[in-house]
Amino acid sequence: MTNVFSIMLVGVGGQGTLLASRILGDVLLSQGYDVKVSEVHGMSQRGGSVVTYVKYSKDKVYSPVVTEGEADIIIAFEQLEAARSLPMLKKGGKLITNTQKISPMPVITGAMDYPENLIDKITDLGVDIIAVDALKLAIEAGSPKAVNVVLMGILSKIMPFDEQIWQDALLENVPKKAIAINEKAFAIGREQHSN
Amino acid sequence: MSKLLLGNEAVARGLYEAGCKVVSSYPGTPSTEITEFAAKYDEIYAEWAPNEKVALEVALGAGIKGARSFSAMKHVGLNVAADPLFTASYTGVNGGVVIAVADDPGMHSSQNEQDSRHYAIAAKLPMLEPADSTECKDYIKEAFELSEKFDTPVLLRLSTRVSHSQSKVQICDREELGLKEYVKNPQKYVMVPANAKTRHVVVEERQASLAEFAEISQLNRVEMGGESIGIITSGISYQYAREVFGDDASYLKLGMVNPLPTRLIEDFANKVDKLYVIEELDDIIETHCKKNGINVIGKEIFSLVGEFSQALIAEKILGKTQENIALDENIPVRPPVMCAGCPHRGLFYILAKHKAYVSGDIGCYTLGAAPPLSAMDTTICMGASVSALHGYNVAGGEESEKKSVAVIGDSTFMHSGVTGLINTVYNGSNSTIIILDNSITGMTGHQHNPTTGYNLKGDIAESISIEAVCKAVGVKRVRIVDPYDLKATEQAVVEEMAAEEPSVIITRRPCALLKYVKHNPPLTVDRDKCITCRACFKIGCPSISMKDGKASIDATSCTGCGVCSQLCRFDAIVGGKEND
Repeated sequence: MTNVFSIMLVGVGGQGTLLASRILGDVLLSQGYDVKVSEVHGMSQRGGSVVTYVKYSKDKVYSPVVTEGEADIIIAFEQLEAARSLPMLKKGGKLITNTQKISPMPVITGAMDYPENLIDKITDLGVDIIAVDALKLAIEAGSPKAVNVVLMGILSKIMPFDEQIWQDALLENVPKKAIAINEKAFAIGREQHSN
Repeated sequence: MSKLLLGNEAVARGLYEAGCKVVSSYPGTPSTEITEFAAKYDEIYAEWAPNEKVALEVALGAGIKGARSFSAMKHVGLNVAADPLFTASYTGVNGGVVIAVADDPGMHSSQNEQDSRHYAIAAKLPMLEPADSTECKDYIKEAFELSEKFDTPVLLRLSTRVSHSQSKVQICDREELGLKEYVKNPQKYVMVPANAKTRHVVVEERQASLAEFAEISQLNRVEMGGESIGIITSGISYQYAREVFGDDASYLKLGMVNPLPTRLIEDFANKVDKLYVIEELDDIIETHCKKNGINVIGKEIFSLVGEFSQALIAEKILGKTQENIALDENIPVRPPVMCAGCPHRGLFYILAKHKAYVSGDIGCYTLGAAPPLSAMDTTICMGASVSALHGYNVAGGEESEKKSVAVIGDSTFMHSGVTGLINTVYNGSNSTIIILDNSITGMTGHQHNPTTGYNLKGDIAESISIEAVCKAVGVKRVRIVDPYDLKATEQAVVEEMAAEEPSVIITRRPCALLKYVKHNPPLTVDRDKCITCRACFKIGCPSISMKDGKASIDATSCTGCGVCSQLCRFDAIVGGKEND
């Protein structure tokens, strides 16, 4: 199990984590890896926490799920979800997070507060973290819906595959009319990491 | 060519390649995508039926006519289809019939955690269980072969993790098969007692032959590795176990979970020192082993509840736990909620306001049970809202009738609510049934149903009028309201609960997520007028939050439905425009 790499995508239902995981899955498949992608549908999608697992290996991948302390990379689409997923991160793993905040129902109803300074608190634990305002960048690219592709752009810089392979997977998975916006979002994401 | 396919998509690919001609299903997570993907093949006739019983009967009829046929459902759907299932075991098939049933260990999207393997045992049917997408496709083809060879419907058991995980699948061509000839044979197909008596004997003989087949079938395979630990397992649990032990253990991986082999298990048991059975939910393999005098370790260390994982298996067998990073922070949960602009929200606000007893049902509107609306008293199964409300009212009398409603969606009403409504009218309780017509089957991801005017293939179909059905079964008070209009909705609820006869309110407004639904511009909060009374928070809209001490509306998610602005007594919520 040591030669299996695990990536987790966590976010809020409707943020496009499924599409991001499919792009990633296609990239890995094209590079000759065995790949498993595990998704959650149905009740869990309605604005609730959404978790997708992507596992790959040059050998065989067995379990499609990621458990505590296993994730090499976590891509969080929202701060609170980054914090929630932290126990899944491997020691020395990398966390890429969107700094966007989306209030869950207990915060909306006033039953609980949205925890403050989450990014700082996670950084203080010594976690290798890349935090960006992906919503702002997505809007710059032309649509708030492109948060997922901005994050894929960042991920692409820390994974060892050519940009073209990502571009191909992107074209394969995004709707035709949204290609231009997504290409821009992807490029903006890539720029973030080099900064 | 190999592709990454979702388990459910691989099942559909298997149907295509196996020459399947007819598919009839009712949507249910995690089985829904099988039928949606099957519908993309022109060679397959695919339809949504109003419920699983109808769907299975359609598949059985198509099988009798000689076509390879199929039906998919979630675990609780098989309860609905159990009646035809048990007798189809007696009649057998002509063209192969395969039924996929998707269990949901961990209840990601279900009301219970039942183990469908019990149905295979009870109905005396063979059941296969794939562990990844490749097996999903291969086992479908094998299931059709077995169905025709042993003259029996075959069950394919899936689980959420197999159905909703993508893995590599080799794509092959379709084998085009003609219809097998139908030969009239009442002794086989007409299940009156005299015929059924002879067929029961056939069923028992078939079970014995299938048990022999299980001993030698390639579906059940032994993978020898280290011999100190032996593991008998099936489905997704195999993947978890393999990830933990690799080649350090030996495995008996069962692809056929009913009937189970005995000699194969005995032989395997003799080769290993310590034998574990790893199976999610019930102890079916374990019980089979113990009944046959084979000593195994199973549910004394593994739970009957919830999903397993590699971490759980490593902990239970090896005592190993993984180090992790923990943040010392109380992280609020993020439960699923009704979407911004959901047409159900206003109705549940009114029901909560009037403290009505709400007999609930299965669908997006079950989210009305969650805070802050908390407007639901019961949820049992598809259709139970209507029939259970009648029971509640006949037991409680007038006092109950005046303060209670049933809530049921359009698709669920067609599934099994209409029979409950017939009972209500026939036996005369003054019940109030609210049909939440959002013009789609919502929770499972927007499937058409008999009321939407389109079929599964996307073609225009007869649209069945809910109000005409209600009137036809004898409901005299049927009224339609727009649930975005809180005043009209409140008036309808108050008047119909008070009515001295059965009544139906149809709250009609399409799901806000439907592509054709045009949203109004987002609303905004006038911070000078907002006095932070929190009235607008009572509806639990995910677009509304508190920002710098005042209510604030998120412009990207707000659909401008206007429900919140009707609650604001200070006219602080502005913008948007009147709905058409």
